[in-house]
Amino acid sequence: MTVSPQLDNRFRAAAAAEGLLDVAYDVTDSPVGPLLLAVSERGLCRISYDAEPERQLESLARTFGARVLRSPRPLGEVKRELDEYFAGARRSFDLRVDIERLTPFNRSVLEELARVPYGSLTTYGALAGQAGRRRAARAVGMIMNRNPIPIVLPCHRVVGSTGSLVGYAGGLERKEALLRLEGSLLVDRSE
Amino acid sequence: MMETVAIPPFETLYLEHRDEVFGFLVRRLGRDRAEDAFQETFLRALRGYARLRHGEHLRAWLYTIAARVAVDEHRRRRSPEAPREEAVRDSRPEYAELEHLADGLPAKERAAVVLRYGYDLSYADIGMALGSSEEAARQAASSGVRRLRQRRIEIS
Repeated sequence: MTVSPQLDNRFRAAAAAEGLLDVAYDVTDSPVGPLLLAVSERGLCRISYDAEPERQLESLARTFGARVLRSPRPLGEVKRELDEYFAGARRSFDLRVDIERLTPFNRSVLEELARVPYGSLTTYGALAGQAGRRRAARAVGMIMNRNPIPIVLPCHRVVGSTGSLVGYAGGLERKEALLRLEGSLLVDRSE
Repeated sequence: MMETVAIPPFETLYLEHRDEVFGFLVRRLGRDRAEDAFQETFLRALRGYARLRHGEHLRAWLYTIAARVAVDEHRRRRSPEAPREEAVRDSRPEYAELEHLADGLPAKERAAVVLRYGYDLSYADIGMALGSSEEAARQAASSGVRRLRQRRIEIS
């Protein structure tokens, strides 16, 4: 016997409202493709370009606890700010993020990253220096590659010392699209 | 030694079993009352989920919760007219007693015994809960009962 969408939604909303979830997630559309968004009780804990949520659920459960459920309501504010960002109406996010389970160096790099302003670029080396380990550019590259909250923690603003885009976990096209949106990529390399 | 089965993300468990659990509740309670019981079942499951130590027999575990919710729902329905004395005399429901007694049984037998004699489920439903056949459910329940009797004799 099939559970009606109304009943399904009612349960999902009640589970979140009663505070029974380790992680609430949802999938949303964006100009750079579908995004999986997830919040823990501490704040936004994951943005993934992977459109197949099932692949993310295991990793969310391992990191934050097994009570992982799709529940749109807790993601409302995150979606609204992302929509505004993609519409060009928002230049910084007012969202709490949950990066507590990362290593201290990883965290301090991401905290520095969060300070890189909209429309500007930095380099892996510069970011390493700001986090107190001047020579750790490669490590910073790895941390960018595994950034759990891309877009909001703007690893797309980090480029190589020669100005080349280098790489992006979500694919270089997405990095270009985000930089173009922010007006910091003047030459459209796709032409 | 068998490796312990990992506890899946709740979403996975929910998607896999929501329809059959709902069907079970509709059979026990009728469609109207099944909707509230459905939500209550999965909310209770979520409340207990963080305390689970492994992911084995999760389906039977869900059915046990659903069966308990159905019993509670029946009691709730009856209670406005029922006199209070009854509640005092019978403060501990039979199924709670049985769950306690059956605690030391292997998981599958324990679920079968509790669902059969505590919640009065049919062997077809128990088979579904255990992910096995009706016949296997019957066998699990009877070998569970045998084991309980033996233990009783040893104790006394």
